[in-house]
Amino acid sequence: MSETTTIVTGSDKPVRRGGRVEPIYYAFLLPPLILLTLAITLPGAIGIFFSFTDSIGLGDWNFIGFTNYIAVFSDPAILSSFLFTFGFSLVTVILVNLIAFLLAVGLTSRIRLKTGLRAVFVIPMVVSGIIIAYVFQFLFQNSLPAAGSALGIPFLSESILSDPDLAWIGVVVVTAWQAIPSALLIYIAGLLSVPGDVYEAASIDGASKRQQLLRITVPLVAGYVVINVILGFKNFLNAYDIIVGLTGGGPGTATRSIAMTIIRGFQTGDYAYQMATATLFFIITVIIAVLQLAVTRGRNAL
Amino acid sequence: MATQTATANTRAVVVQGAGRRGHKGAGGRSRWSTTVILLLCAVTVLLPLYVTVAMAFKTSGQAVDGNAFSLPMPFSIQGFIDAWNLTKFPVGFAMSFLVTAGTVVATIILAAFASFAIVRNWDRRFFRWSFFYLLAAMFIPFPVVALPQIQLTGRVGLDNPLGVILLATMFQLSFSILLFTAFLRSIPMELEESARIDGASTWQVFWRLIFPLLAPMSATVGIFAFLYAWNDFMMPSLIISDADLQTLPVRQNLFQNQFSSEYNVAFASYLMAMAPAIIAYLFAQRWVMEGVTQGALKG
Repeated sequence: MSETTTIVTGSDKPVRRGGRVEPIYYAFLLPPLILLTLAITLPGAIGIFFSFTDSIGLGDWNFIGFTNYIAVFSDPAILSSFLFTFGFSLVTVILVNLIAFLLAVGLTSRIRLKTGLRAVFVIPMVVSGIIIAYVFQFLFQNSLPAAGSALGIPFLSESILSDPDLAWIGVVVVTAWQAIPSALLIYIAGLLSVPGDVYEAASIDGASKRQQLLRITVPLVAGYVVINVILGFKNFLNAYDIIVGLTGGGPGTATRSIAMTIIRGFQTGDYAYQMATATLFFIITVIIAVLQLAVTRGRNAL
Repeated sequence: MATQTATANTRAVVVQGAGRRGHKGAGGRSRWSTTVILLLCAVTVLLPLYVTVAMAFKTSGQAVDGNAFSLPMPFSIQGFIDAWNLTKFPVGFAMSFLVTAGTVVATIILAAFASFAIVRNWDRRFFRWSFFYLLAAMFIPFPVVALPQIQLTGRVGLDNPLGVILLATMFQLSFSILLFTAFLRSIPMELEESARIDGASTWQVFWRLIFPLLAPMSATVGIFAFLYAWNDFMMPSLIISDADLQTLPVRQNLFQNQFSSEYNVAFASYLMAMAPAIIAYLFAQRWVMEGVTQGALKG
């Protein structure tokens, strides 16, 4: 967070065409640099600073050291939101990648209506998360129970959104519905990059369709799987819009994500405390990002 | 120009890909079964959208019967009229449009500026470090810095759509700079040098030569910024303090209680908020698909 100060110093060195950097390049670079510092770095630094205080967002405050952090670790509401968010992200990532991969295999094989089908499968990507969550909420609360009782399935005859143990399924379904298109597009690009001769050679050698899929296609698109897992995980950990529209974090706090916990806590006056949550969340996000990058580098994907 | 053709080719592959792939596929038999399975999957994609449209055109009497899949009978546009007036749709649309257009334009220009300066001065430490600094912001999700941002924007009078434009642009910046710098490195220096020999200044080189060459990447960057700014709920709902200035997705949330069991009004309102992005997508399908694929693979 303190990079800004160090960056400004070390600049004077000779350039390619001799002489100094044309001043206009600074005019190009400085506006984005300054705006980003004011809009993200500064608030980040302020937030971390206040996480060590007892501020409620306004008025006087005192330093209280790590008290907030210790409290966070023993707060069941926060721990359960971390647990929910990671569990939900994991399930959704697996589901999204599985479905998107199979759809991509289907959409790159010899089928009819290829262009039209592709166009349809991409639509969810351009729909607002909270709005489609409201639509699904209606379906989950009215249509699904109605269908459940008509078919005599007791499991479905009540809204899954009002069951604390099942509501997360609804969140996974809607999130997956919206996240599949971007993963799908990446897999299609991946599958199209596999040369056709590989398959020809395989079928000459007598490999079945299933063997070709598992032994050729899957290994060759492994790099794309890594990309999709990273992008997906990054999005799902910040889940907010869809949950607000679908369950509002409920029933109770059963589907409350980390982002929702931070915001709700703030709205009820826990500024410094929730900044400690946010800081911990940030540290975890960075650790995950670094791990994922390490895995990507290791695999030397793309 | 070589680079342009190169990207044009990859894009053509991504989008068409159809015929090229044909020879490896299964025989005539499985072709139809796959098509049928995919059609069934497509139904699950279209079903929520069909329900939205069907519900929106019902009368409030028919809408409360709870049957989501029935066709509107009789056909009514009363829901749209009520939703239009209740949520002040024209104002909401104007706000969403303002935020989206502002974010798209600001992201493209600021990211292109920074990328150009960075790539042309890569041997200077200041520019190199700035690049890594700008990129590091990619690891910071909005929820982490949301609380201080809410306070700061409130204090400096940016608790309005302008503040959302600024913040949304900044959160798009890292990713966009990554795309632009990768693309800029592939543009041969000779082009720029010949322009300079003809007496063009750096400012002119950027606007007359570099920016037009960046167009395909600008489209990608713009599509990502558009989808984010138009559909986002979290940021505007937290930053914009005056409910009258809220964007369309936030308005759905604000009026959720007032819709209550007037489902036709609620769905008409949802439909009006979703439609512009879907219509824009249907017209620009190819670019959206290409752009998202390209962007995600490079990002």
